[in-house]
Amino acid sequence: MLKLPVYLDNNSTTQVDPRVFDTMTPYFLEVYGNAASKSHSFGWAGEEAVDYARCQIASLIGANEKEIIFTSGATESNNLAIKGVFEMYASKGNHIITLTTEHKAILDTCKHLEKSGAEISYLSVAEDGLISLETLEAAIKPTTILISIMFGNNELGVVQPIAEIGAMCKKHGVLFHSDATQAVGKIPVDVLTDGIDLMSFTAHKMYGPKGVGALYVRRKNPRVKVTAQMDGGGHERGMRSGTLNVPGIVGFGKACEIARLEMADEYLRLKKMRDRLEAALLSIEESYLNGSNEHRLPHTSNISFKYVEGEGLMMGVKDIAVSSGSACTSASLEPSYVLKSLGLDDELAHSSLRFGLGRFTTEEEIDFTIKTVKEAVFKLREMSPLWEMFKDGIDLKSIQWSEH
Amino acid sequence: MAYSEKVIDHYTNPRNIGTLDKSQKTVGTGLVGAPECGDVMRLQIMVNEETGIIQDAKFKTFGCGSAIASSSLATEWLKGKSINEALTIDNMDIVEELALPPVKIHCSVLAEDAIRSAINDYRSKNGLEPLVSEKTHY
Repeated sequence: MLKLPVYLDNNSTTQVDPRVFDTMTPYFLEVYGNAASKSHSFGWAGEEAVDYARCQIASLIGANEKEIIFTSGATESNNLAIKGVFEMYASKGNHIITLTTEHKAILDTCKHLEKSGAEISYLSVAEDGLISLETLEAAIKPTTILISIMFGNNELGVVQPIAEIGAMCKKHGVLFHSDATQAVGKIPVDVLTDGIDLMSFTAHKMYGPKGVGALYVRRKNPRVKVTAQMDGGGHERGMRSGTLNVPGIVGFGKACEIARLEMADEYLRLKKMRDRLEAALLSIEESYLNGSNEHRLPHTSNISFKYVEGEGLMMGVKDIAVSSGSACTSASLEPSYVLKSLGLDDELAHSSLRFGLGRFTTEEEIDFTIKTVKEAVFKLREMSPLWEMFKDGIDLKSIQWSEH
Repeated sequence: MAYSEKVIDHYTNPRNIGTLDKSQKTVGTGLVGAPECGDVMRLQIMVNEETGIIQDAKFKTFGCGSAIASSSLATEWLKGKSINEALTIDNMDIVEELALPPVKIHCSVLAEDAIRSAINDYRSKNGLEPLVSEKTHY
């Protein structure tokens, strides 16, 4: 029996895998020691659990367990990476390169640093969402200390040429940070072959609990250090103070282990379902896929339905939990800056939906989604004056609209 | 954001969707809003030449649920009214009837603009000066 609403917003967050949940429970009620307590068995047991999880996490991304710094999530990891590198490497330069399609946790951190004297280059992407390697290399200066480019985009699922960027950074002696929040656990990520020096990721996007994430910080070739952004007990090799969230970390570890073992099968299963959904929705007249088709996460699909307004569409698909490219919370609509970065008209950006499939998505739910979205788009077009004009062959750009 | 029951009702069962023949002298058409702002309303009235009563009203709207509901409600209210009566429809009446939240007041403003614009179109087609000066809301 189909349970409504259908959850297709797995890029926002995911359900905790019951296997992860079961692994966590003893750490609330029985093994509740502080992992930093060295004087008794409660503390030792906590530390042991954390060490084990650290290994599970490290092995998913090809890292050494000592290179994992626990944080509260990817936003904190991104802040720590960028602010921490900016402060630690101030004597080497002040220039940081990133993309206009990054998550706000990167963009707003960079904006914050601009007030402290950082010079930031926000590079544009091509209309498929990918950064051109030539553009990137041309932006590198003698003062460049860091390039921060996300692995897989949260709105589009577009996967950047990470290994090539990693090699370029190495060649120029620039540190490479990647926000891999959407990619880790979904596609193979290997900090060694991808040439990543710092990497942010989080448990709750991969069927683990909320409130726990990690920053990978390379220890060798080169040895990377970041200045701590919180003062305290000097936990996590002095880079992130604060009592460790032991149950969360245990869950994070288990989530990584499951992802490592099941990723290959899950990738194929999700991609097959996503492709079926996408093919059905793109068969609707005047619907467009946003972002590169080829270089993409297996579970994400971002589609614009022209001549239909995004919020009206959301209302029509209220039995499906998805995200819209438009945030209509005030008189002035704000279309997604990521979609605008691809050069989309406001109009197309407004009328987009992001589908994020996940481990618990079923074929039945995909059938329901196809039917619901199609019905909503047809219904709204029936009442859309823009659709009627389009059908009458009127160029909408030729009309003098009354701006309001 | 939660929509009011009335908005949901108009969204689910919109009244008077459609198109009137705008080449007719008796038909007034108002097209307001802009695609890049996320709202476009087209509201049409058909006026009985003898009685001066609006005998039919149709709309098509590209927009959120509140915009669709505002224009759907406007067509309901317009039918059977004289032009002068139609001019008394205020956006705040729509806000009240549909229980629109503050962020959706612009939808009702747009509906009022559409009514006035349709009436003006009808008037100018029939050799009358556009009586109504467009109300400025901003």
